[in-house]
Amino acid sequence: MPVSKETLDSIALSEKEYELIVERLGREPNEVELGMFGALWSEHCGYKHSKPLLRQLPSRARHVLVRPGEENAGAIDIGDGLAIVVKIESHNHPSAIEPFQGAATGIGGIVRDIFTMGARPIALMNSLRFGPLSSPRNRYLFQGVVGGIAAYGNCLGIPNVGGEIFFAECYSDNPLVNALCLGIAPKEHLIKSRAYGEGNLLMLVGADTGRDGLHGASGLASRTFERESELRSAVQVGNPFLEKLLIEACLELATTDWIVGMQDLGAAGLTSACVESAARGGGGIDVDVLKVPRREKGMTPYEVMLSESQERMLILVKKGYEAQVKALFDRWELRSDVIGHITADGIARVREGERIVAELPVDVLTSPPMYRRRVKAPPWLDELQVINLSHIPDLSPRKANKVLLTLLSSPNIASKHSVYRQYDHQVGNNTVVLPGNDAAVLRIKGTKKAISLTTDGNARYCYLNPYLGGIIGVVEAARNLVCTGARPLAITDCLNFGNPEKDDIYYQMKECIAGMAHACRELKIPVISGNVSLYNETRGKAIYPTPVVGMVGLIDDVTRHCTAGFKREGDLVYLLGLTDVVNSSIGGSEYLQVVHNLTRGSPHIDLKLEKRVQRCCLEAITKGVLSSAHDCSEGGLAVALAESCLLGGIGFVGFDLEFEGRLDAALFGEAQSRIVVSVSPDRAWLLEKLADRWEIGVLRLGVVSGKRLVIKGLLDLPLNMLGKAWWNGLEDFFK
Amino acid sequence: MTVTPPTGLESKRHHLVISRAQMRFGIIVFPGTWSDRDCYYAIKDVLGQDAKYVWHKETDLSEYDCIVLPGGFSYGDYLRPGAIARFSPVMTSVAEFASRGKPVIGICNGFQILCESGLLPGALLRNEHLEYRCQWTYLRVEDQSTPFTSLLQKGQVLKIPISHYDGRYYADKDTVEELEANRQIVFRYATPNGRVTAASNPNGSLNNIAGITNKQKNVLGMMPHPERACEPLLGSSDGNLIWESIVASIKGNA
Repeated sequence: MPVSKETLDSIALSEKEYELIVERLGREPNEVELGMFGALWSEHCGYKHSKPLLRQLPSRARHVLVRPGEENAGAIDIGDGLAIVVKIESHNHPSAIEPFQGAATGIGGIVRDIFTMGARPIALMNSLRFGPLSSPRNRYLFQGVVGGIAAYGNCLGIPNVGGEIFFAECYSDNPLVNALCLGIAPKEHLIKSRAYGEGNLLMLVGADTGRDGLHGASGLASRTFERESELRSAVQVGNPFLEKLLIEACLELATTDWIVGMQDLGAAGLTSACVESAARGGGGIDVDVLKVPRREKGMTPYEVMLSESQERMLILVKKGYEAQVKALFDRWELRSDVIGHITADGIARVREGERIVAELPVDVLTSPPMYRRRVKAPPWLDELQVINLSHIPDLSPRKANKVLLTLLSSPNIASKHSVYRQYDHQVGNNTVVLPGNDAAVLRIKGTKKAISLTTDGNARYCYLNPYLGGIIGVVEAARNLVCTGARPLAITDCLNFGNPEKDDIYYQMKECIAGMAHACRELKIPVISGNVSLYNETRGKAIYPTPVVGMVGLIDDVTRHCTAGFKREGDLVYLLGLTDVVNSSIGGSEYLQVVHNLTRGSPHIDLKLEKRVQRCCLEAITKGVLSSAHDCSEGGLAVALAESCLLGGIGFVGFDLEFEGRLDAALFGEAQSRIVVSVSPDRAWLLEKLADRWEIGVLRLGVVSGKRLVIKGLLDLPLNMLGKAWWNGLEDFFK
Repeated sequence: MTVTPPTGLESKRHHLVISRAQMRFGIIVFPGTWSDRDCYYAIKDVLGQDAKYVWHKETDLSEYDCIVLPGGFSYGDYLRPGAIARFSPVMTSVAEFASRGKPVIGICNGFQILCESGLLPGALLRNEHLEYRCQWTYLRVEDQSTPFTSLLQKGQVLKIPISHYDGRYYADKDTVEELEANRQIVFRYATPNGRVTAASNPNGSLNNIAGITNKQKNVLGMMPHPERACEPLLGSSDGNLIWESIVASIKGNA
């Protein structure tokens, strides 16, 4: 073999894969060609380990306009002639190396995916994972990532409406930065990224091409590392101002009939943009690298084709309209150059002037080998799921106050307001429910409707039980939407795992996805887009399996939306759903982790019950029965009550409650299928009737009242003390 | 279209006003501006006034009754917020428009541009805590004699959000004293019940300054975003009082 193993390693191709390339081409690839294969056959672009598993996820429904893989993002029909475009994407590896720019360019990339389709981006969200903040390194990563998201997103004028942040030791070397963007467009203005029509032109717009970001897809995102310093050159630097100009110019272009499509340049730069749009269009492309404007002299064709310089777009221009397109970009002071044309021969041809430097069949480039393996559950998993409750002393009633304060100040539960106040979450004049609630709500101008948006995913559950964790990620996201009064419509998912070539990791991935697929089918929510981030491990230590679910739902009448905070003195408070105390529900809980320093047990879910609970809550909200609704999740019932008090600025007094079972499970257990709601006394009978009809539990907990949280004999704390723990819990690490 | 004046309003002055019931706002768009669309929405869609975008290379402002410099990151805020935008061709016309006593309102980045171009004194520095801040603030109205506060009362509190990195108002001692003496400080950050406190100051502005005018009081710069407080659904509609004040005062001057 004429290519060294080191070369193949640097682009993350195996020797077998190299042999396959030679066989399919009938010859050895040259250096440029091999680089293109490395990029397109990488896990990041080619999904060779994940695609067979992803096929399980349902993606069809009447309202789905664009399914996964068809375009840069998925799209759904929300009526009134409008389409919602949404996608989530990881920027984990770059953020681990250079947190500020890594996170910033993550925003840039996901935003391009949305406006590439002709949709105006109207919301951002982030799902972040870090190691514990007690370590200075983790604080540095955290502040860098948040700063980068703020700097880039705020400059674009797209509201960042929330997301989630979770801390665990396994993320110390591998923080996760998943960015979601949602856009809106008139249905008929959705733009495709299909390069078709022989003779049509390829126009490169935006930033000049530099040496930054080489091997981002093949190197950074598709293998594991020992040292990070060697990879700094693979991280790009963002220019949000340029991106803002691109957004406005491209959206203006989307309303003309001068183009056949648009495609952003992301992972694997020009290579992936050209080849993927050619593959979608069923033709070929012919590109001259000499026509690509460069940031520096002496760049080779290899570097030009694989650069991941940010803020670039490929415009597929109808022949004869290039002058108009250029004039449009000129007005926005953006550079645009014709760099090639579309052909009919199915070949991706790259030239440097007259000399052809790469000539590869598009279908070979875009059909990497697919790996599907049979793996067994790792033996350590069974042991981990066993939890011997008799060895864990139950909570003494005298300690309940203290434990509640401890949990409220735990960074996983504490308010994230010190983060989201750094993000502009109101620009656009659509944000009805601000960050800090179960889900964000954005109204759709010109209609009575609103969309609700959330991200969710409990990685600790997935670690303890990948299948159930996968299910719970989906149902919790749906429950969050339901608590705002929204009907879940679609999912975009970001699947973060370790090295899939290892059996244990592959097993986690397979089970998580199977669980998600099961929940999606049961709740009838299609997955319309997503992204996979593998090889999240350092020195052989992998992250928890972390599938993140981004979910969008629809509220038909925005005036009927609901929030989590208690509203009125005298309202009755109910627990809706699973009202029995489940002792094993301390398994995998934040309580068990924080108080007993244990990560053990297994979550549990009854999907049929869950479905009824969600239907009941949604019906109660749309009929105007409820004053508030809040998902009962991390930290259990006591934390949910405290949060509803703090968000509403009003207290709670419990009735005489007799808990049958362990006290810690009653207050802090994380049993699923539970929602804390409040209702005015004259409507309480309606709620009870609804719960009865849906055959779910409905337990009267107490009444909204005063400025304290009181459950007789157990909890009695003033709101300002609860607030101090919850509002400052995260911020205190930075004082 | 003919507009019949309502009965009882026969004076020539009222007739003139009603024959052109809508005021026309010119909203300047620089590369990187993003509040342009929100201002347009609040002025046109919520309040029913006329509004048009004005690209920063245009120079003819003769058709407008009021000029709006909206928020955003003109030229990416690279170098210094507003430092590049002040050289845009439109800014010469804005200065000329202001010199004729017509109302100009700069919001957020617009305030920064007005300071950079010398139409307002002082400067907006990086927030004291060095972080971006997006949050609701409460503004105490300090002066009702401006076109921007003509429908408001001194001491009234408005709930309007901020969103900026560089909103800490700063000027030398003499300038601040002059601002105070001339009653050019229009809005101060305050508590919901109107007390001006250190805790209610979100960015470290001198004297809790949130908005100031020029001496003639026809040029206003403010960091908070009135265009975002345009509907109860979004949490407040107090920002409309500022737009409505402008409309009322233009009508009053017609």
